[in-house]
Amino acid sequence: MVEYYGTDRLKRGLAQMLKGGVIMDVTTPEQAVIAEEAGAVAVMALERVPADIRKEGGVARMADPKIVEEIRDAVSIPVMAKVRIGHFTEALILQSLEVDFIDESEVLTPADEKYHIDKKEFAVPFVCGARNLGEALRRIAEGAAMIRTKGEAGTGNVVEAVKHMRTMNEQIKRVVLADDEELVVLAKEWGAPLYLLEEVRELGRLPVVNFAAGGIATPADAALMMWLGSDGVFVGSGIFKSDNPRERAKAIVDAVTYWREPEILAEVSKGLGEAMKGIDVSKLSEEELLQNRGW
Amino acid sequence: MMVTIGVLAVQGDFEEHMAMLETLGVEVKDVRLPKDLNSIDGIILPGGESTAMTTIMLRRGMWDALKKAFEEGLPAYGTCAGSILLAKDIGVGSDRVKPFGMIDMVIERNAYGRQIASREVFLDEHELGDNEPLHAVFIRAPRIVKVGPAVKVLATYDGDPVLVREGNFLASTFHPELTDDYRVHEYFVKMVKKEV
Repeated sequence: MVEYYGTDRLKRGLAQMLKGGVIMDVTTPEQAVIAEEAGAVAVMALERVPADIRKEGGVARMADPKIVEEIRDAVSIPVMAKVRIGHFTEALILQSLEVDFIDESEVLTPADEKYHIDKKEFAVPFVCGARNLGEALRRIAEGAAMIRTKGEAGTGNVVEAVKHMRTMNEQIKRVVLADDEELVVLAKEWGAPLYLLEEVRELGRLPVVNFAAGGIATPADAALMMWLGSDGVFVGSGIFKSDNPRERAKAIVDAVTYWREPEILAEVSKGLGEAMKGIDVSKLSEEELLQNRGW
Repeated sequence: MMVTIGVLAVQGDFEEHMAMLETLGVEVKDVRLPKDLNSIDGIILPGGESTAMTTIMLRRGMWDALKKAFEEGLPAYGTCAGSILLAKDIGVGSDRVKPFGMIDMVIERNAYGRQIASREVFLDEHELGDNEPLHAVFIRAPRIVKVGPAVKVLATYDGDPVLVREGNFLASTFHPELTDDYRVHEYFVKMVKKEV
């Protein structure tokens, strides 16, 4: 019997299985277990969460494979890990460790100032960040099986994730209404492949799953992103940089399932203690913004 | 006969199942809370993470309400994670999943391997009524390692049962909702209508 591996359907399919769920950044096997027990659909194995990367500076790279393996072996849910933009060798290493998803992430220091990874060459699926439709479609053209908003990681401030999701929604509406000749102009303006714009016009949405990420810190933040059309949510520093990670993790999971039920959101938001402190994104300089990384 | 089929929507690819059922002309309802179980004639437990679904269902009484509905005869179809939830025995080391135990089978989670071992195949060995191969998408799929005498095997892959039925309950370890192959959903709709 012919068996097909690493197809687009399989890569995009795993992302579809994560829908309506929360993916949590973890740095230790213990945190990974807390995430799984809280109801996370996957964990992102990291050496440092974005808030610490932001604080400590220096070059941020792929995590030590030993940490990735320990986290992988501690849980039964899918494990993701981050590589630097363009660093396909880090990606080959993670693929050999059989991680389930690779995040080519602006949170790490970019390794290539011109090219992203040719993700079609990999059997393991990739997720990439995007601020707008053009960026999302460029990543999909390179083989990304899942998109997330970039937001502004490590700030605990949801404003940029909202901006990026709203921008994508507005642009998708424009595409849906566009004639053929308008679509060519939009392809030029946005740097988006025309064939993918045609696909978006037909589907009325991105052809892959789209999660929210970058600044989500509370159950209300998570529910807001679901209202805006996210398929699910990544929470980075927001959980393990808060007072009560276990309870906050559960509350955010519930918020992503019950985003349309304000009574449940009120109930799960009660008494969670301090959220991560957070940063006013407008006070960050251009060089401090992680979202500007990626091309 | 018009039927309404619910899709458990606590987590997973429930929208894909809903779209498929809508194409088949069935009334569809998303199910998140016990009150949503009123007025449905059958339910699909979608693909996703069985740990997450268990955890979320246990927190708001959804698990108990579903178990009761199954015992009272609500037909169900589980895909992948959903098939795990319908099984009687999920083997060792899966204490974060609480199955409903409606199908007499032993099923092992992620038994074919991690994502890199996920695969698409076309199955000749099936009993869905015609000779067209069945398009089966396995994603971090569970493996049915044993079935009881009352379980009917409707399709196999490499010798393993991958589509099984016991009474009101249907389970596939693969994802027809990710393909254009509507036959398993059609079969389930017929089950709900008591035609098969």
